[in-house]
Amino acid sequence: MTKIGTRLLIALLAAMAAMGGAALLVNIMEKKQEARNPFYRVVELDDNTSDPAKWGKNFPMQYDGYKKTVDQIRTRFGGSEAVPRTPTNADPRSIVAQSRLEEDPRLKTMWAGYAFSRDFREERGHAYMLLDQIYTERQTAVKQPGTCLHCHASVYVPYKKAGNGDLMAGFQKVNHLPYSEARKLVEHSVACIDCHDPETMALRVTRPGFIEGIRVLKASQGIENYDVNKMATRQEMRSYVCGQCHVEYYFKGPEKLLVYPWHKGIKVDEILAYYDETKFRDWVHAETGADTLKAQHPEFELWNQGIHARSGVACADCHMPYMREGALKISDHHVRSPVLNINRACQTCHRWPEGELKDRVETIQSRVFYMRNLAMDALMDLIQDIKKAKDLGRTDEQLALSRNFQRKAQFFLDFVEAENSTGFHAPQEAQRILGESIDFSRKGQNSLRELK
Amino acid sequence: MWANFKPSFNFVSAVLAVAAGLAVGLGGYTFIYAKGASYLTNDPAACMNCHVMREQYDGWIKSSHRAVAGCNDCHTPHSFVPKYVTKASNGFWHSFAFTTGYFHEPIRIKKHNQEVTENACRGCHEDIVQAIEGDQSMGRISCIACHATVGHL
Repeated sequence: MTKIGTRLLIALLAAMAAMGGAALLVNIMEKKQEARNPFYRVVELDDNTSDPAKWGKNFPMQYDGYKKTVDQIRTRFGGSEAVPRTPTNADPRSIVAQSRLEEDPRLKTMWAGYAFSRDFREERGHAYMLLDQIYTERQTAVKQPGTCLHCHASVYVPYKKAGNGDLMAGFQKVNHLPYSEARKLVEHSVACIDCHDPETMALRVTRPGFIEGIRVLKASQGIENYDVNKMATRQEMRSYVCGQCHVEYYFKGPEKLLVYPWHKGIKVDEILAYYDETKFRDWVHAETGADTLKAQHPEFELWNQGIHARSGVACADCHMPYMREGALKISDHHVRSPVLNINRACQTCHRWPEGELKDRVETIQSRVFYMRNLAMDALMDLIQDIKKAKDLGRTDEQLALSRNFQRKAQFFLDFVEAENSTGFHAPQEAQRILGESIDFSRKGQNSLRELK
Repeated sequence: MWANFKPSFNFVSAVLAVAAGLAVGLGGYTFIYAKGASYLTNDPAACMNCHVMREQYDGWIKSSHRAVAGCNDCHTPHSFVPKYVTKASNGFWHSFAFTTGYFHEPIRIKKHNQEVTENACRGCHEDIVQAIEGDQSMGRISCIACHATVGHL
């Protein structure tokens, strides 16, 4: 090669090096920009902005995750499957979740005479909460109060409107309306404003049921006048915002006031003791005539009895774990089963392979599910026996004891059955509850045997 | 006219000089802009020049080892040459991963670097762990398997 050619080649290489340098420089600049945590206030939000799409303009990454709750994915014991159905005028849904009643017909017997025995499907993601409530037969075939909306819609702004600015007054007013009328006041499923302060984005509790419920619970523990929005820590709030709805509740009196039954404590025994004291029943069992109770998704209560709660792990730590988007650390707003997100949900603390962790979860759940089936069989036996005794002409007085055992057995069983973790939130407590449920069922059968 | 173009020796030299100057200048500026010199120090803040290490840095700030050990104390060997070889190797591969975007999220430590860290534990705590480790017939015990949070989570 000539001297000139060599030099030209060197010049070319130098030029390429310069290009590479420039490219690297630009890349580093981009990364540095990322690290600045850009936040663009595109729209103004205030305490009356219900529409999550508006919030999404300022917080697009969180909003993206929030929208993903439309996903229907099965886990071994939970999650929902997309089942196609032919839309009708009364129910235009073309996709629903699988029917739990078809999966386990014993549920129909347990809930005989109650709306749950007509239609009960696996819960779908947050995105469907309002839609699925509007079209479930539990709501269409049975007259329900506006109370139901407390946890199936974004009610903060509608409550304030109904109460002329007073949240609690509006809550009581809407509780009292028929569902069909209350329904017209709401627009969205659970939305940003239900958990976030629009000024600071800090977590806050807006559901009157929880504000009151946690107040009576703390009072039972000796803490008077507990104000959750002033006295809870940030880490507590990362569970309390979920506990606004994922709890056991009942509708009190003719006003249909929503109440969380935590006056004596949050354990299943303490909740039942409260119901016994107030002589509350959800319905009269159609086959046995027992005053029965329906437990409703007590996730917050059961989690409170488990090792994760005791270690200070909040709902959001596993169901909305932190993730990185560019340089931003955000909470994953695609709220879902941690089993679908083991990497971020579990492995942050538990340094084991994904398969191993999944196996641990499913081992716990399989054992709980096995015991749940035993408890279900025991309850079926008791219901059969009471029915037979009733047909033989036994008096209410003679049946009272066995009916009370049914009430207990059923509430304990349902407490684990309705809870959405198949016992994982507190495995030992779940097994204890099921064990006691079996005990109640068998004792109920014995009490009939002793009748002369 | 291009057919007869014969670059003169001086012209080629000028092109070479400009190109080389650009490369050196851009490279130099990039080095300064990216705080290149900070990587030769022991300052943990240097490891956070890239935001990808921010969580580890935040965790370290709150950790029990904060007062006694920085990033380099646990993540590089304690003698001079291996320390800078490790720094150079990690420096290159970390930059490569971060620039191209091909890396696992959340980030994970590689086998070699884990060994460096395990050795670092023993560098300070040898007197205590000798008794725990015994004859090592069962293989070496991992310190951080149990003490995962002492440096950062």
